[in-house]
Amino acid sequence: MALLQHGALQPNSWRFVGDDAAISADEPVTVSLKRWQAEGEILRGRNALIGVRLKNDEQALALGEDVHRLALIEIEFPKFTDGRAFSQARILRDKLGYKGELRAIGTILRDQYLYMTRCGVDSVELPDGKPIDGYLAALKEFSAWYQPASDGRPTVMELRHPANANARRGGAPLVTASVAAHSA
Amino acid sequence: MYRYDEFDATIVQERVEQFRGQVARRLAGELTEDQFRPLRLKNGLYLQLHAYMLRIAVPYGLLSSKQMRKLGYIARRYDRGFGHFTTRQNIQFNWPQLGDIPDILQHLAEVEMHAIQTSGNCIRNVTSDQFAGAAADEIEDPRIWAEIVRQWSTFHPEFSYLPRKFKIAVTGAPDDRAAVRVHDIGIRIVKNEAGEVGFEVWVGGGLGRTPVIGVVCRKFLPKEHLLSYLEAILRTYNLLGRRDNIYKARIKILVQATGGDKFAAMVEEEWEKIKDGPLHLPQAEIDRIHRYFAPPAYETLADIDPAFESAKLENPDFARWARTNLVKHKVPGYAIVNVSLKPEGGAPGDASADQMDLLADLADEFSLNELRVTHHQNIVYPNVRKRDLFALWQRLKAAKLATSNLGFISDIIACPGLDYCNLANARSISVAQRLSRHFSDPRKLDEIGELRLNISGCINACGHHHVGHIGILGVDKQGQEFYQVTLGGSSKDDAALGKIVGAAFSEDDIVPAIDTIIETYLANRADHGERFLDYYRRVGMDPFKEALYGPATARRPAAE
Repeated sequence: MALLQHGALQPNSWRFVGDDAAISADEPVTVSLKRWQAEGEILRGRNALIGVRLKNDEQALALGEDVHRLALIEIEFPKFTDGRAFSQARILRDKLGYKGELRAIGTILRDQYLYMTRCGVDSVELPDGKPIDGYLAALKEFSAWYQPASDGRPTVMELRHPANANARRGGAPLVTASVAAHSA
Repeated sequence: MYRYDEFDATIVQERVEQFRGQVARRLAGELTEDQFRPLRLKNGLYLQLHAYMLRIAVPYGLLSSKQMRKLGYIARRYDRGFGHFTTRQNIQFNWPQLGDIPDILQHLAEVEMHAIQTSGNCIRNVTSDQFAGAAADEIEDPRIWAEIVRQWSTFHPEFSYLPRKFKIAVTGAPDDRAAVRVHDIGIRIVKNEAGEVGFEVWVGGGLGRTPVIGVVCRKFLPKEHLLSYLEAILRTYNLLGRRDNIYKARIKILVQATGGDKFAAMVEEEWEKIKDGPLHLPQAEIDRIHRYFAPPAYETLADIDPAFESAKLENPDFARWARTNLVKHKVPGYAIVNVSLKPEGGAPGDASADQMDLLADLADEFSLNELRVTHHQNIVYPNVRKRDLFALWQRLKAAKLATSNLGFISDIIACPGLDYCNLANARSISVAQRLSRHFSDPRKLDEIGELRLNISGCINACGHHHVGHIGILGVDKQGQEFYQVTLGGSSKDDAALGKIVGAAFSEDDIVPAIDTIIETYLANRADHGERFLDYYRRVGMDPFKEALYGPATARRPAAE
């Protein structure tokens, strides 16, 4: 699988290991939530990055404060019609304050990519050889947003009422530069 | 009414371009029909029995004359010269070509309209009271909140792939004309004991296969928290709503399985965490939207207009229409006018391109450039001077738009049925047409009084049969069209779901069966003031069963 991140295809150094498979000491891996909860202490003791792959019927909140020990969280879109992971992404970003890489895996349609980035996803797994031009173009299809999400883009309401928005954002200035220039 | 600012206009224009690209990819074969399907559905584009159907959003049913004229233009240029107003206050065109859709959307964008989220598993077009802003019984104008919800729900990145479709209705009056109790979320503007105005939030109502009256999720929600509270409900639903079975995927099933109180507690817990965040509504935004709905410059008029009174005396047809199709306006000397799209023998909710043009012209002349679409599939002029009513009626009459049947048995709600829809089991329109011919005598309508009759062509209940005083449901019996009858439903503040009266009737028997039900009521009601619904509630199903199927003792088991 290829990895689309920062506007280009990137090599993927991560591997998901099943609950019963052995984990080598120096390889970045993701594990299930169950394994993380059972073996977190040991997994953190390795000399390599560790991540969790959340199933989309698992509670993102269950990661709790541990979320800050993770370098990668993978969320699943098993079918493009299954949108649970959009909410999981927002909970990870907004509630738990997760700052690491948030990766969408599964069926990633170009027409959903923008919404994923809005919900805080910063990398997506694509089949090898999949052209990415459409994905990159999809990010630029809209330039204004009605609702706040996890990407920090100013909302239409904030742009209409900047003074109020600044107060609510705790004095942090509203970013009014091109909203298309997002890290994804 | 609301007017787009630069942001609204940009978003709608970008949507036109995006959809133009999606259609181009489909026509070029880059998208399979399976991949295109969810994309087109989010833009109200269905593939029906014979052709594509495009459903255009009429946010909370509000239309300017300019917009109505544009709909007439689209009907004429891209369809077969007519359109169909729906139970969700939208309009559908049944014969557009796929390649023309982007151009149709461009035409719509020019008059601040679109087809965004009129279908698909997302938050649908918000509906409201068709008399909003003009009704005498209103606490506050619901359109402000419907518009705020419209904007928040448009392209919501988190809630565009929900388990199932999601419908929100807002009403500002105690007399519920928006059927909020049978919506996924129903928002009632209420006044609390301290005299503050806020929202009572209902959740988990809906019709379809499993009709449910919703439950109160929160008794009083301060206004500034509306969006965060909705977001909390939607997040809870998005994560927990069933996705394994399309027929169990609506929020009503989740609310029922969880229990109303527990569901409300889960929402409350989520809401507590987000209510003071960026979804908190600034007063400046509430005020900004409020200004668009400021009352028009009404004239100071006497409430009794002599010309109107004498026209009624001189013209019994006009007097009858005035009695059946007008509603009390909050401003003296004005009336709310209902234009029935249920002429004798017509397809409920249909209007021709010429009628749309005329409706637009009359809005300019008589109703401050504004019209409404009702969920009963009629049209409303919200602001007509009483002194103009006779002139307006004459113009409507000439265009066959002056049927005097609002709220009567021939004011039928009907889905498109098997004539168009690929889900339907039976035709709806033809039954509605036959019933409207059968019950066309104005004296008979008067004798029967208030009666809501709703027809759905299948169990998905787009014709709201569950909440008709009399409901008709098309079913398939070994390849034959049959019709099941329910009694006792209501979508108002006394919301109730109808109960099945007995075995279904054939196509030939359905009109006589409805006639029998009506005659049973007329012969046995306490007095003329006892409405059909009241009579049913008092006596129950038995007299109707007996009249339709014979005495209980003689009834064959099949008739049960």
